[in-house]
Amino acid sequence: MKKISAVVLALVLCVSMLSFGFAEGTTVKLGVILLHDEDSTYDLNFLNAVNQVAEDLGIEVVVRKNIPESNACYEAACELADDGCNVVFADSFGHESFMLAAAKEYPEVQFCHATGTMAHTEELDNFHNAFAAIYEGRFLAGVAAGLKLNELKEAGKLKGETPLMGYVGAFTYAEVISGYTSFYLGAKSVCPDVTMKVQFTGSWYDEMGEKAAAEALINAGCDLISQHADSWGAPTACEDAGIPNVSYNGSTVGRCPNTFIVSSRIDWAPYLTYVCTQVANGEPVDTDWVGTIATASVVITDINEQAAAPGTAEYVAGVKAQLEAGTLHVFDTATFTVNGEALTTYLADVDTDAAFTADTEVIFTDENGSFFNESDPALRSAPYFDVQIDGIELLNAKF
Amino acid sequence: MDASKRSFLPIPHLAKREKMNIFAAMGIRVLAFVLGMLVCGIVASLLVKDISFNWKSMKSFYYCFYEGSFTTNRKLLAYIKDLAVLLCIGLALAPAFKMRFWNTGAEGQTLVGVLAAILVNFYLGGSGNPDIALGDLPLSLIMLVAAVLAGCIWAALPALFKARFNTNETLFTLMMNYVAKYLVSFSIVRFLTNANSSGSMKSLSSGRLPVLFTQMPSIDKPGTTFKIPQSLNDYLIVGCIVLIVTVFMFVYLKYTKHGYEISVVGESTRTAKYVGISVKKVIIRTMLVSGALCGLAGWLIAQVDKSVSTESSVHGQGFTAILVAWLARFNPIFMVATAGIVVFLNKGASRIATDYSISPSLPDVFIGIVLFFIIGSEFFVNYKLKFSFAGKAEEVSK
Repeated sequence: MKKISAVVLALVLCVSMLSFGFAEGTTVKLGVILLHDEDSTYDLNFLNAVNQVAEDLGIEVVVRKNIPESNACYEAACELADDGCNVVFADSFGHESFMLAAAKEYPEVQFCHATGTMAHTEELDNFHNAFAAIYEGRFLAGVAAGLKLNELKEAGKLKGETPLMGYVGAFTYAEVISGYTSFYLGAKSVCPDVTMKVQFTGSWYDEMGEKAAAEALINAGCDLISQHADSWGAPTACEDAGIPNVSYNGSTVGRCPNTFIVSSRIDWAPYLTYVCTQVANGEPVDTDWVGTIATASVVITDINEQAAAPGTAEYVAGVKAQLEAGTLHVFDTATFTVNGEALTTYLADVDTDAAFTADTEVIFTDENGSFFNESDPALRSAPYFDVQIDGIELLNAKF
Repeated sequence: MDASKRSFLPIPHLAKREKMNIFAAMGIRVLAFVLGMLVCGIVASLLVKDISFNWKSMKSFYYCFYEGSFTTNRKLLAYIKDLAVLLCIGLALAPAFKMRFWNTGAEGQTLVGVLAAILVNFYLGGSGNPDIALGDLPLSLIMLVAAVLAGCIWAALPALFKARFNTNETLFTLMMNYVAKYLVSFSIVRFLTNANSSGSMKSLSSGRLPVLFTQMPSIDKPGTTFKIPQSLNDYLIVGCIVLIVTVFMFVYLKYTKHGYEISVVGESTRTAKYVGISVKKVIIRTMLVSGALCGLAGWLIAQVDKSVSTESSVHGQGFTAILVAWLARFNPIFMVATAGIVVFLNKGASRIATDYSISPSLPDVFIGIVLFFIIGSEFFVNYKLKFSFAGKAEEVSK
């Protein structure tokens, strides 16, 4: 037995050395390109993850802040590679084509891009995309929202006959549509008669615009507000009006102690840890990587007992366990309809092209039923759910 | 004479200098640069916790500045490219400013140049319309023509209004910058449909410049050759083109009839009229040259960036170029040096922000300090600081 295992071990070692040719334990130096600096909540979320990974793994990190989505990104990426970084990571969607240009000139360096869409069609060995299944976090936040609506309904505090939610979105893109739909489905899973209105602002950061949109939704009779935009506009509008709010990208409980229920966000530390470990061991990095609630890439904050319905924490924990186990699908086609009919087939625009051609079938079926297979790492990490389902009314559209 | 009024301390007073020896003037400017850098070091040691005022720490601080531009082949070529683009815009401004036409619109004139070139590339290069895909060289040339024309139009408008209605050119050209900016934002969303959710454009791959440079002696590994990738080949071509433009502008301003007319109009429009120069014609013609060169700079940016963006395509260089041109007294050859210093400071500063992980605004303060010293030194080039004693001064007055 011992002999066999020794032979197997030797073989594995030989094969791994042959196939990768790296020395064991390559020293990792991580280069990071950020669109803004720590004043932006979006970039701060990345920066926190980078600092944590640097500390946990004891690796050297170089951070370049305020790099625009232009040739400057290409130059910064090349400079980082010249400075000895063997992993270069960029955080903004528009960085992608410039990262790609750098990746072609430095085949031995791994270029990783968050939120991008091109890695699976470019087929470069050293260019990778990553995202997180944030729709799982949104779903859980939606469950908390649904429980709150049930509480209001029982207390007779609803503004209308049936519960109505409002949602402030940035743009009418797949990323936002996927976000508000999963949030709505979460709420609907506990509060079946809920409907939702969505107002877009046309900007990722517009404090006044987001506040105005939230106020308009509150005046239109919404019992609860959530948002997908980066400013304090919507949460503060809710606190002023005493309307419960489900937040994004971090807790807003500090300024909204009476109305903040829960928030979801992406934690990039697991991805960075994964990439750095793979490079250190001389192993290849996945072309598309999707962090989930099971890998701790999607996290939800502590639930604010003051605003949430009693028992929310326990209930949400139960749903989270189901998601982790894979027994529950967020986009289960049995839970929603499109124009009154169940979705049995759908072609999504997975491969990027100028005409936004729908190219890939994304309705999958497993032992737990049929579902829209959002952010499947085998297809593409960035969201492509852009279906408009019944129960959600879009008040406008912004591209 | 009242003895009590007599002072034993020297009293400073100023005197206008006669034309200063050019080497002495250069010496003063170099001294100002060195002093400015020194003050930067002191400020850095006071404000940044990783920098202290000792030999070792200061050495790495200044090495950081140097490291921003010169330690690798790639940085050196990027430095040459950045210098060339800034210089090109400065060269565009030189004739207008010499004519005392305050063209504050170089930013917009360059930006529309970039936009025109990118639109041409997008629609004739196969991205926007799959039926038309021109070859690299013809496409590149059409991009050039479009960029120069766009720059000309943007500069000619205020010039026409100035010549015909005597409008204020400073405000007019300045406002045209904003029109250009919003035109770019609009075009990205409306015409350049490969734009993505963050409102920026993906880079294009058509319309590449021809490959002229394939290798150079390596500066970071002496004795070896550095294989130049295509993007850096483009940087070198940009450098060469601007070198030619520099020589052209030097000759144009100094040795041609046009150049002479520009300086006469700049000195006094009445004199110009008296000697029979058509001021209107000179204004419009000079602004066309200015706009054409801004358009050329826009084309160079478009060739390098392969995309257009409202904020980062020109990135304030249209205003920085005013400084470059003015410090060099509109002399194209001196402008190579002033543009070189500005780019050096910018690159060094961003390197410092990275290496010491400090907020990128602090290095901007360093740039400000050094420029303040250099601009301030002009005062000492023009004026002499004299010291005298009260008694002596009175003797002189007698």
